[in-house]
Amino acid sequence: MDSSGLNITGSVVIRNNRICRNDVVIWKTTEDQPLPDFLRAAYDHFSGQYPKFHKMDHLSKLGWLGAEVLLQHRPFTGYAPEQVGLILANRSASLDTDLRYFDSIKEFPSPALFVYTLANIVMGEISIRHGFKGENAFFTSDTYDEQFLMNYTKQLLEEGAVSAVLCGWVEVMGSEYEVILHQVEK
Amino acid sequence: MENLMATLKAQIVEQLNLQEVKPEDIGDDMPLFKDGLGLDSIDALELIVLLQQHYRIRIANPEKGPEIFHSVRTIADFITAHQQQNN
Repeated sequence: MDSSGLNITGSVVIRNNRICRNDVVIWKTTEDQPLPDFLRAAYDHFSGQYPKFHKMDHLSKLGWLGAEVLLQHRPFTGYAPEQVGLILANRSASLDTDLRYFDSIKEFPSPALFVYTLANIVMGEISIRHGFKGENAFFTSDTYDEQFLMNYTKQLLEEGAVSAVLCGWVEVMGSEYEVILHQVEK
Repeated sequence: MENLMATLKAQIVEQLNLQEVKPEDIGDDMPLFKDGLGLDSIDALELIVLLQQHYRIRIANPEKGPEIFHSVRTIADFITAHQQQNN
């Protein structure tokens, strides 16, 4: 139980080519490894069993990977799909992919890129992978406002809208990225 | 025809970003959707782009899509027929 009164049962942070779960570095590569290579190496290490990963944009890959690292370790078991919520936020929305798509339309617009030109697609990818069907929301803000996300999560739990929530920050813009996810349970 | 099918398999793997599939894994008559290669509706759009980009072919009748994109062989047949019509 943390200071907000929430039962946080797991956390993951992905930054600087390191993956920390519950404050322990569980996997890392060299800091100069480009983001696409880091994502592929992390996928191979933690999963390797989900070919759709390769079609995702960087934002979805990061969110998917964060959720994978958390939920492989401690799955949301015993909750109905409708009782698991997702509350995410970031700074750049889907701008990283929007720019790639804009670049593609100079020749042939890419349908595969177009489908990722919305920030909340990352929540869809996580939901498909883990079968979540509960309340969800995606916010954009300049900085990671953990208090705001925790208050929102707390409200959902107190209202009984959900019994478990995956919440946090999934940001990417070019080579800069950061993931901070928390598992919160009733 | 064999060369065209081999080229198509390589193009499909690249265009659809099938990083865990090798061109030689795709059978000539393997269904590309559902239980075969498992492609989805977005992949179907990418296949349409592939035909436009590499073969300058536009699908005039979208209802023919499932027939054309059933397998690598049906795509190759379609391309060959289109090229013969235009020669």
